[in-house]
Amino acid sequence: MTDTNQSELLLEIKDLAAEVQGRKVLDGLNLEVRAGEVHAIMGPNGAGKSTLAQLLAGRSTYKVTRGEVRYRGADLLSLAPEERARRGLFLGFQYPVEIPGVNNVYLLKAALNARRREQGLPEVDAFEFLGLVRDKMRLMQMDDSFLSRGVNEGFSGGEKKRNEILQMTVLEPTLAILDETDSGLDIDALKVVANGVNSLKRADRAIVLVTHYQRLLEHIIPDRVHVLAAGRILKSGDKSLALELERRGYDWVRHEASAA
Amino acid sequence: MATKPQDLDSLVGQQYRHGFVTDIDSDTVPPGLNEDVIRLISRKKGEPEFLLNWRLVAYRHWLTMREPHWAHVRYAPIDYQAISYYSAPKANTDGPKSLADVDPKLLATYEKLGVPLHERARLAGVAVDAVFDSVSVATTFKERLGEAGVIFCPFSDAVREHPALLEQYLGSVVPTTDNFYAALNSAVFTDGSFVYIPKGVRCPMELSTYFRINAAKTGQFERTLIIADEGSHVSYLEGCSAPMRDENQLHAAVVELIALRDANIKYSTVQNWYPGDENGVGGIFNFVTKRGECRGANSRISWTQVETGSAITWKYPSCVLTGENSVGEFYSVAVANNYQQADTGTKMIHIGRNTKSTIVSKGISAGHAQNSYRGLVKVLPSAEGARNYTQCDSLLMSEHCGAHTFPYVEVKNPTATVEHEATTSRIGEDQLFYCLQRGLSQEDAVNMIVSGFCKTVFKELPMEFAVEAQNLLAVSLEGAVG
Repeated sequence: MTDTNQSELLLEIKDLAAEVQGRKVLDGLNLEVRAGEVHAIMGPNGAGKSTLAQLLAGRSTYKVTRGEVRYRGADLLSLAPEERARRGLFLGFQYPVEIPGVNNVYLLKAALNARRREQGLPEVDAFEFLGLVRDKMRLMQMDDSFLSRGVNEGFSGGEKKRNEILQMTVLEPTLAILDETDSGLDIDALKVVANGVNSLKRADRAIVLVTHYQRLLEHIIPDRVHVLAAGRILKSGDKSLALELERRGYDWVRHEASAA
Repeated sequence: MATKPQDLDSLVGQQYRHGFVTDIDSDTVPPGLNEDVIRLISRKKGEPEFLLNWRLVAYRHWLTMREPHWAHVRYAPIDYQAISYYSAPKANTDGPKSLADVDPKLLATYEKLGVPLHERARLAGVAVDAVFDSVSVATTFKERLGEAGVIFCPFSDAVREHPALLEQYLGSVVPTTDNFYAALNSAVFTDGSFVYIPKGVRCPMELSTYFRINAAKTGQFERTLIIADEGSHVSYLEGCSAPMRDENQLHAAVVELIALRDANIKYSTVQNWYPGDENGVGGIFNFVTKRGECRGANSRISWTQVETGSAITWKYPSCVLTGENSVGEFYSVAVANNYQQADTGTKMIHIGRNTKSTIVSKGISAGHAQNSYRGLVKVLPSAEGARNYTQCDSLLMSEHCGAHTFPYVEVKNPTATVEHEATTSRIGEDQLFYCLQRGLSQEDAVNMIVSGFCKTVFKELPMEFAVEAQNLLAVSLEGAVG
């Protein structure tokens, strides 16, 4: 882990507190994510894991009451959601929404070109794009019918999650936050999704997995594991912490934290 | 607090892009309506006796009628004596001869509206009849269409050149007594387009009419008559716009379509009359009667409309399915923003055996707008084996708008099949956020979601106009973002 300390600090969260409709959901959260790292954020239901993911992506439901978030040195919270996306922040949604009548390929091409414009790269045309997306679809074991379907329209839970990872592999984000990407997947689909994520591991990119369960972490090995409960990170460790949580649950972390 | 709430209301403000006025000398009759005004219009047009009488009968009947108020719309009373019933650009009072004779200011007006009248210009595959206030100012590609035997001309010309066709078909689908606005139109109509497709001819190009209201305090009362003879095909498109004014202007048109045996008429509308400002001041009252009759066996009439403009829209393009196995279709996207009110839909009247109809209506409401679908599916005892499928979807884009559905079904034959599906949904903050998170701008995201919602209707439009319609939709729902 010592070598990664030299790599770029992509995400820096300091003393973050947030509420939704007057109810505290995050309270004094600190987190640092460097390029090249895979982080897992675990924790019991209602701990604020999805809140954190959505807030980082710019969801307006959450009101930040304290603290700051820096993304690649910039004040993340001052950026509009689309700005964050174009600068390489990707959120894999827990519940990807259906957009009837809007073609999958159409949305994805628009998304890629928005990102490329931001990077000063030329936009890809339909032909190039199709070639690119077909390669990624093979990796995600998705068939051609996907191309002509509406965004998540009539997709099964597993197909929706696969589609999220497909989008991620096409957009090649700098910081990917995957919110419960493993939920609702059978074991074969889980492997496909994990392969997709692993194919994106790179020295200049970080991945943050938000998950309930250890089983995803058997396929995507995290460098750091954090326990989020009561709106903040109560404990951090390496991948062995995930195994310990699997065995002992979360209560002991809470007791330990309140004792400290 | 940095993550700004994305207020959908702020995304749907409207900028009307066709609101300019052309400064041109007009021959406008003083406001007011009586038999003398009708005689004057008829004389200006050099009409035969039968047509003047037809107008007068309509007028006398209109005097006995009352303005309909069953639609889900509200407006201050209309003073029919305050409207001028005839206005024409001066140079054109005798009717246009060729494009070279058309006032350059008028050519520039249509150029600005994106409808160039020069035949070498952009809409190369489309013949255009340009109607300015009360008269047609130019019709393109007349000769080329003439070679195919197709008649496409201003209504005034048809009166002089094809009186027999007119006498046979005029008012045969929408009688003068049909309703208040149809009766008014029959009395005072000034111009419009006339189309006749001979037997077995597939019209070699798209036909289109562009209606422009320019003069103040006038109404536009045009009349369109399309006759598709046996085995013929035609695709026709109308577009329209008007300057931005604080007063409401009345547009009461009548469109009649007649499809004989095996004939096929596709009628598309992109309606962009001035909708009024964001406070609901001004805008066009669009009170229109459109009806087609599938008179012959195996004929088909298809209405596709994209309605984005007008302060109030009251219009129900309908099909009377008389011929056996005939088919009626209605595909509609109606957008109402700010204080616009739309009450639109269709009537499918099944008379012949095995007649089929399809209705797909997509209503989009934003701002404080009220958007209603009103439809009638009527199956007469003679319509053995009739089928209808209706799908009505409403999309709400703000907290203050309304969507309403009034489907009427009357079935008098037990072998008929009638299906109705309806949905109402709010444009999802979830959908919007999903698109933003993928890097799309708010405007692009809204446009994409709305286009997706309208997809089944847009694909019915002729290709050249599908793009236009999509752009228009984007403009109608455009707002100041950020």
